[in-house]
Amino acid sequence: MGIETGTVMLSIIGPEVVLVLAALGIMMTDLFVKSDSEQPFLMWIGFVGMLGALAVSASFWGKEAAYGFYGMVVADNFSAFFTTLFLIAGGLTLLMSSGYVRAQGIAAGEYYTLTLFATTGMVLMAQSTDLIMLFLGLEVLSVSLYVLAGMAQDSTRSAESSLKYFMLGAFSTGFLLYGIALLYGACGSTRLADIGSVLAQKQILREPMLLAGMGLLLTGFGFKIAMAPFHRWAPDVYEGAPTPITGFMSVGVKAAAFAALLRVFAGSLAALSPHWKELLWIGSVLTMTIGNVAALRQTNIKRMLAYSSIAHAGYILIGVVAGGSAGTGAVLYYLLVYTLMNIGAFAVVITIEQKGEKNLNLSAYAGIGSRHLALGAAMAVFMFSLAGIPPFSGFMGKFYIFSAAVKEGYIGLTIIAVLNSLVSVYYYLRVTVMMFMQEPESGAEEAAVFFHPALAGVLLIAIFFTVQMGLFPSSYLQFAQDSIKMFL
Amino acid sequence: MVGTTQYLVLGAVLFCIGVAGVFIRRNAIVVFMCIELMLSAVSLTFIALSRSQGSIDGQIFVFFIMTVAAAEAAVGLAIILSLYRRRQTINVDEFDLLKW
Amino acid sequence: MNEGYIPILFMLALATAFCVVVVILSRLVGKRQDSSEKLMAYECGNIPTGNARQRFPIKFYIIAMLFIVFDIEAMFLYPWAVIYKSLKLFGLIEMVLFVGILLIGFIYIWKKGALEWGSRNI
Repeated sequence: MGIETGTVMLSIIGPEVVLVLAALGIMMTDLFVKSDSEQPFLMWIGFVGMLGALAVSASFWGKEAAYGFYGMVVADNFSAFFTTLFLIAGGLTLLMSSGYVRAQGIAAGEYYTLTLFATTGMVLMAQSTDLIMLFLGLEVLSVSLYVLAGMAQDSTRSAESSLKYFMLGAFSTGFLLYGIALLYGACGSTRLADIGSVLAQKQILREPMLLAGMGLLLTGFGFKIAMAPFHRWAPDVYEGAPTPITGFMSVGVKAAAFAALLRVFAGSLAALSPHWKELLWIGSVLTMTIGNVAALRQTNIKRMLAYSSIAHAGYILIGVVAGGSAGTGAVLYYLLVYTLMNIGAFAVVITIEQKGEKNLNLSAYAGIGSRHLALGAAMAVFMFSLAGIPPFSGFMGKFYIFSAAVKEGYIGLTIIAVLNSLVSVYYYLRVTVMMFMQEPESGAEEAAVFFHPALAGVLLIAIFFTVQMGLFPSSYLQFAQDSIKMFL
Repeated sequence: MVGTTQYLVLGAVLFCIGVAGVFIRRNAIVVFMCIELMLSAVSLTFIALSRSQGSIDGQIFVFFIMTVAAAEAAVGLAIILSLYRRRQTINVDEFDLLKW
Repeated sequence: MNEGYIPILFMLALATAFCVVVVILSRLVGKRQDSSEKLMAYECGNIPTGNARQRFPIKFYIIAMLFIVFDIEAMFLYPWAVIYKSLKLFGLIEMVLFVGILLIGFIYIWKKGALEWGSRNI
């Protein structure tokens, strides 16, 4: 029905193939090269794999949508945009990890392999045009991250975080699957395009099976993007997981889930939008309010960033609710902006963190800005951007999302969101104030800083884009707009 | 005569038992078994719907659910095992280092 | 169409009834003797050693976990084998890729020592 399904076309999943080959390469190298100097080498194999996948996915940009595997996967602008985003997130995570993995004594081979597999899952999610593929991509991503969350050596917290992530992840998968099953029952297909055309033709929009399926699907996605009231796992998991993985989860998983959410809801279930927009409206308000209010009283920096990431999911949901060219484009732009500024913030956290999860408390940040000016300035840039203070990219992201919402008539939602961002300024600025204006408590040992060239590279890239995307947003916004043509 | 509706109801009941079990039970292994029960309920629903619609998509989906459930079982048991070795318990209420 | 199932139903009822009757009869007729041999845990005729609830090596779990994964992958071989002829060369190549990736996983766990039963600490 509908699309030309044609043949297998292995080239469509080219990015995944390159990533998997790189991951297998790391596994084999880890086995057969037994020397201590291999660790950075393993990281670089992964990094080159990411670059290769980026090159393959860039070749899809701007062309007609091409379908592969009998219409199960697609290579179009939308998937190329998200693949680029995932590979940026994954590549920066690899760079952030290389010093961290060694310092914390994490098994490097498994760590890098699983990071690449998780990225593969994300790319597959963005490329899927069938709920089977979407489910597979989600599981490749999730199962890899369950293990990664527990990889910090000798840390009971990390193992606990892994168990919680696993339990709630598998639980939410159950909801997602049941939703898919009911949708399949109501529409007779798992193809997104077929579901869309069935819903556009038939008068079954009030069928209970369909609505229940939609609700369950939304619950499943809600867990993955940490939408309130399904956000409870996020702070615990983010606190316990190895810090680079926390950064990766907070941007990568979120973006992958939003990619799938857009494909399924804005694409196929567009006919049901009055129903799901109402639910997402409530979800968005709850998510940002709970995230921001809870972030106010956090003393652990990773927990604070976890609640901040919940709040940002709330802002992004506004764009999904607003929909249309402006709203969806703003979602993509915001995800790109958020990826770079949040990874940057986590890179600073890694720089200050010491082995055994020391220096994660906010009080450890006192006075660091005056002793390490560059580091303090970097953190200030990311915090300002996350708070949405101009001229940084976070401000432009919020601006586009809010203006799209106003244009679509969601005035109340926008007012709540603006009030929320005002609240968030307090806890973001508190970090900066800590770093520059406070002296460490007398008697407390001075926080040492862990320096690694790759980490400095990540910080530079993140700062550059956070500033540049804030000052010259138009080309990035155009990039986002070009990616969503098929929803309009 | 047992029709599609009965299978769907059975699937829904099993799914709800699984969900209830996740909330009620405190033993990590039992919680995990309840999650597996949820997945099995979904598989049953898929097969019933696939049969009633005469399309094979649902059965293919079940193949993938089984594979993924096996991968999750392997990973999940490994995680539970590693936590047991650190804490000597698999009661989820006692995993309280992180505020649950 | 349901008439065809009546013999099966009949057999089912008969089998159930037979089981119930035999269990009840043996309770009524037989003498109960609880000697220590009789209460012993049954281990295929061997004299049991130790308590049945004792802890056993974690390696059993590891082997079992690896088994689950590889066992389920074999599931994909059945539908593939059924339509192998109509898939032609394409089916063969796909399956070689699939099994090849599994093989890499197998080599990995082998070299990592997950299959060793000896002293290696996992």
